[in-house]
Amino acid sequence: MAVSERTTGTPQPIGFSRSTWGRVGLVLRWIALFVAVVLFLIPFYLILRNALSTEQDITAPDWTLFPSHLQWSNISELFNDTTVPMARAMYNSAVVAILGTAGQLLLASMAGYGLARIPYRHADKVFYAIVATLMIPGAVTFIPSFIVVSSLGWVSSLRGLIIPTLFSGFAAFLFRQYFLGFPKELEEAARVDGAGYFGVFWRIVVPNSLPFFAALAAITFIGNWNSFLWPLVIGQDSSSWTIQVAMSTFITAQTINIHELFMAVAVSILPLVLIFAFLQRYLIQGVTQSGIKD
Amino acid sequence: MSAPAKTSAVPATAGERRGSRRRKGIAGNALWFWIFVGPFVIGLLIFSYLPIIWSLVLSFFEAYNTATPSKFVGLHNYVDMLTDHNFLSSLGTFTIFAVFIVPLTFVLALALALLVNQVKIARAFFRSVFFLPTACSYVVASLIWKLSIFNGVRFGLANTVLGWFGIENIAWLSTVDPPWYWIPLVTVRLWLQLGFYMILFIAGLQRISPTLYEAAYVDGAKPGWQVFRYITLPQLRATSVAVLILNLIAAYQAFDEFYNLVGNVNYARPPLVYLYGISLGSIQDLGHGSAGALILAVIIMLVTLLQNRIFGFGKAGD
Repeated sequence: MAVSERTTGTPQPIGFSRSTWGRVGLVLRWIALFVAVVLFLIPFYLILRNALSTEQDITAPDWTLFPSHLQWSNISELFNDTTVPMARAMYNSAVVAILGTAGQLLLASMAGYGLARIPYRHADKVFYAIVATLMIPGAVTFIPSFIVVSSLGWVSSLRGLIIPTLFSGFAAFLFRQYFLGFPKELEEAARVDGAGYFGVFWRIVVPNSLPFFAALAAITFIGNWNSFLWPLVIGQDSSSWTIQVAMSTFITAQTINIHELFMAVAVSILPLVLIFAFLQRYLIQGVTQSGIKD
Repeated sequence: MSAPAKTSAVPATAGERRGSRRRKGIAGNALWFWIFVGPFVIGLLIFSYLPIIWSLVLSFFEAYNTATPSKFVGLHNYVDMLTDHNFLSSLGTFTIFAVFIVPLTFVLALALALLVNQVKIARAFFRSVFFLPTACSYVVASLIWKLSIFNGVRFGLANTVLGWFGIENIAWLSTVDPPWYWIPLVTVRLWLQLGFYMILFIAGLQRISPTLYEAAYVDGAKPGWQVFRYITLPQLRATSVAVLILNLIAAYQAFDEFYNLVGNVNYARPPLVYLYGISLGSIQDLGHGSAGALILAVIIMLVTLLQNRIFGFGKAGD
């Protein structure tokens, strides 16, 4: 694990004397840390407070720390509101995030393995053609991509939301780098037993690389779930809105009550909070692996 | 980047079958290579290369509401965009945004990493708290910022707190003079991305060898600023460059929080929001939109190269 519980790298190494200044510094650092913690948690507190408040509590001119009573019925109100396709949006987001992540990992891992391990005359040219796409900043391609997708007739469809996002040059690059470092002895043992590339990949390489897959899966899933610009461009019809587009539509249009909107926020971040609770280890690995390119 | 390692498909122990396997192996390898890489490459051609080529073509045509235009206009779209006051001011908006967000993110993420890295109890808790906002989307954060924290009326948290000191309500997102809208726009991104960059810095800090700190201590370096300035900071060079470049590229592509917090308004409109407006708004002007997107892509690539150059030269001079 990249971020271990060691204490190396602290600015105060061995023999740090607890002088008066040292103590003052220590106290100041703890104060800074707690102030930062409070500031970072305030928005989460606001989500919960507003999600469980009545509209009157939220818009009351005098700020109260907690709502006068917890309004759990906001959940059913949200899902029963016919003007807000919340259930549909949750479903779309789940499909986009799950299929998008699975598809991207499958395609990128196979491409990465082929590039790293299968000898082929033009492999380096293919590799450069993939790396070249990393030069082009992702978001500026939304106009040209929209043109292609609309020519295919995929606007306002799950296909249009998912398929164009599956081919990540960066993920293929990361997988290639990873497979180059994969112990060859393991693969060779399987080859001696008569396995081909396909068998070696699925029976030896993938099962032995699950932490790497999990790390990339965690960050790809979050990216897909939270993605906004592409679903906004493609989701021209409310039946193909993801949860982000649905929420955004109601902030800009202001046709929804604040308590309902905050309940939508709470519901929308729930899957990700669960990922954070159980997969944080992989997530942090994913961030360190994908953040530093070389 | 070197070509893929030369792995023989044939293990040395394959013995007599070796000759025939190898001849078949070369054609077989090409086939297997394309089975593994082919689907990905086809997708990349359709969804990366084709759009860019198509967009390049469109940028030379008049293309209102159509992706298959017929009227060639040469460099006209480019000239229009480069003299378009709104497009230029969107680049200006980006520049102001970058001037705030890049240094602030760098300094605060590093500070958080140093704080978290030196606590000896509950470190995982502190790290999680700062990393948790990464779970929220820009839409979610914009919503909290717009409706709850920086709401312009009295029940907004910021105005409530200022009210305790007798300060009048501020319309955070619509006041142009002074430009208060920068405070929500910058803080929302800080809240969302600091944890991500903090993780990168923590990983960088933990790669620093403890022997360097011991050596510095033996040599009499004062703990604190001196050690930080002469050991920690230089050792974090690779991480720092990565953080700066990632952060600047992300800032160029800012869209979500601007779109959701202020909308398509002329006083705070970054390039992507403007391009979205002209190419997918009511007019659907794909010719100008494509030209603008390509101009922006070239700017981002040049800035990235320049940044690499600057830091690359610095490294050679060390």
